[in-house]
Amino acid sequence: MTLGRKFLLAASALFSAPLLLAQSLRMNLPAQVAAGSALSVPTSGSGQGTLTIVGPGQAIRRQVRLGSPASVPAGVLYNAGEYVAMLSSGSDSQIGLFEVTPAPQPSTLSFLAEPSRLPVDLQDGISGTVYVFDVYHNLIVSPMPVSFDLTASSGPSQTRTVTTRYGVGWTRMNSAPREGSAQFVARAAGISSTRVVDEVPGDPCNLSMTATPVGGKAKLQTAPVRDCSGNPVPDGTVVTFTATWNGGQSTVDVPLKRDIAQVEMPVHPGATISVASGVVAGNEIHWSGR
Amino acid sequence: MKGALLALVMTAATGVLLAIGTIWPVPSAVYYAGGGKGTLLSAASTPEAAVQNLGVRIRLHDWQRAYSSLANKAQFTEDAFIHDLTGYNLSLRSQASLDSVTVRPLHQSADSADVAMTLHWFTVMGPFDETRNVHLVENDGRWQVDWPLYKQPTVPPQVIPVNYLRWDVIYSGSADQWGAQDVAGPNVRIVDMRPVNRAEGVYVLGELLNNDVVPAWVTVRATLVGKDGKILGREGAFDMISHRLLPKEVTPFRIHFPNVDLSQVASIRMHPEAILISASADPVVEILNQKYSALPIATLTGQLSDQSGQTVSFAHVLSTFYDSNGNVVWVSGRFIGRALLPQTPVNFTVPVPEDLARRITSERTIVATYSPKGVTL
Repeated sequence: MTLGRKFLLAASALFSAPLLLAQSLRMNLPAQVAAGSALSVPTSGSGQGTLTIVGPGQAIRRQVRLGSPASVPAGVLYNAGEYVAMLSSGSDSQIGLFEVTPAPQPSTLSFLAEPSRLPVDLQDGISGTVYVFDVYHNLIVSPMPVSFDLTASSGPSQTRTVTTRYGVGWTRMNSAPREGSAQFVARAAGISSTRVVDEVPGDPCNLSMTATPVGGKAKLQTAPVRDCSGNPVPDGTVVTFTATWNGGQSTVDVPLKRDIAQVEMPVHPGATISVASGVVAGNEIHWSGR
Repeated sequence: MKGALLALVMTAATGVLLAIGTIWPVPSAVYYAGGGKGTLLSAASTPEAAVQNLGVRIRLHDWQRAYSSLANKAQFTEDAFIHDLTGYNLSLRSQASLDSVTVRPLHQSADSADVAMTLHWFTVMGPFDETRNVHLVENDGRWQVDWPLYKQPTVPPQVIPVNYLRWDVIYSGSADQWGAQDVAGPNVRIVDMRPVNRAEGVYVLGELLNNDVVPAWVTVRATLVGKDGKILGREGAFDMISHRLLPKEVTPFRIHFPNVDLSQVASIRMHPEAILISASADPVVEILNQKYSALPIATLTGQLSDQSGQTVSFAHVLSTFYDSNGNVVWVSGRFIGRALLPQTPVNFTVPVPEDLARRITSERTIVATYSPKGVTL
């Protein structure tokens, strides 16, 4: 029980006690009511009274006939939390507390999938976190099973089922060994939310090139560049060719196009040509000019 | 009362300043007012004086008099002379102002001389220098410059097919619900970092890798923490970095902390930052014939050659220098004054501090380029 609730109950008891002794005014509040549900409060006494309900972000007032139930229609009380109800008539009043709980049926899942892009074949690289809300955007804090399903463009899918704690469920998944867009789906009580996770190739592996003379220049061309899982490295990835000779050097950064990088550059006979991409080095060629 | 006193003081101060300006005018104001050469120009009785006079006229954009003073003006038009100095295309040169000129004599006889004329330009991106070997001839006791006109190479008409990649980014909209997915920022990492202590302060040198498959706009900031835990300074790489990085591209960076000594520093916090951007994979620029020489002046020289079909308006050469153990010794850079025309090599020179020159055994150079949309040959 929260401190605020204890305070309100104490205040309720303090102010209501003399009134209750009078036995002129009484209401029977339910301890809990689901968000969006109708509320019926039996009352005792005679004549007209006023029922005032104050809760998180809401305050309503209704005229009631004492002795018959006071009703609040469905959809009026929708914010989950603790409410204070006060029944008053003339100088008499009674105060009570009740709780509005989230509706039991989920309506929306806020699904946080991170990251949106990661290298292939990474253990526990993908995290999924789900917050379960009812139709009134109340966080459903009661435990609820949530399933996570990660389906890659190729290969088997991964499925995990967790139970939410205080409205939150989370898991971690591995990225697939093959590149592609994976569908990451979270489901709870028939509601689902989908995210897309791009599983992209890793660093180039076994980077190699060839050099052939073309019109006084060297035509440098890589073999199709792939990562260590055999995925083609994306076009646009920069490959650096460097020709080094005694006292001189030429370099050019070339983006991959259709899996290969190629350039024609003037190279001195006797130069050593190397290739690299990022921090990955490839083979070297000693250029004779022929 | 106070207002009247202030008005009186301001009136008196204005009068005094007017009197000073009239009695001792600024030389350039006299020149512009048609009051003769004032003290800006001296008699062209020596080759050095003739070159300095030409420099003054260029600095003041007095193109007509500068052109008229040349000995070989019959060989080219005044427009060609102006374009030589201000650029034929949008480039750093077209946005630059001449700061000063230094002259170094090379050779002199009774009626001819050769000097090295260095024009010191300044721009919003920093200064750049240009040295030309200038021939002078003597006519009736007056020296005149034979201007070595730079003729812009003509690129033959052709069609250069370009089909490099372009990345476009669509971010999530502001109306999307909480928790909606957005594209993740690029994954970048610092692959090398080294603080260097110098007389002008501490430099943090290093290299940054775009380890992702998407282009990134990057910058690096550093925070120096003193031995007492207090922050000594926070600085960024500013222009000593290539801000646009394609996938697997590496840029050097240099961060300067003036007035700090490395002995004061207990730790350095590095803050690499990267934002996903739309970008194009072209142009490809070759960096040819790089030659590092420690003597007589420590410099790296080379040529840039634009392999694409578009004119590159602004190019920035950035070099990383390493010692024999592969450690970063220095990072230096230079903006290129002229636009890069397709398939047309342009020379560059990157300076290196003399005291570091002998430690350098290898280097790695990249070029960052920028061309505003709509700029064509």
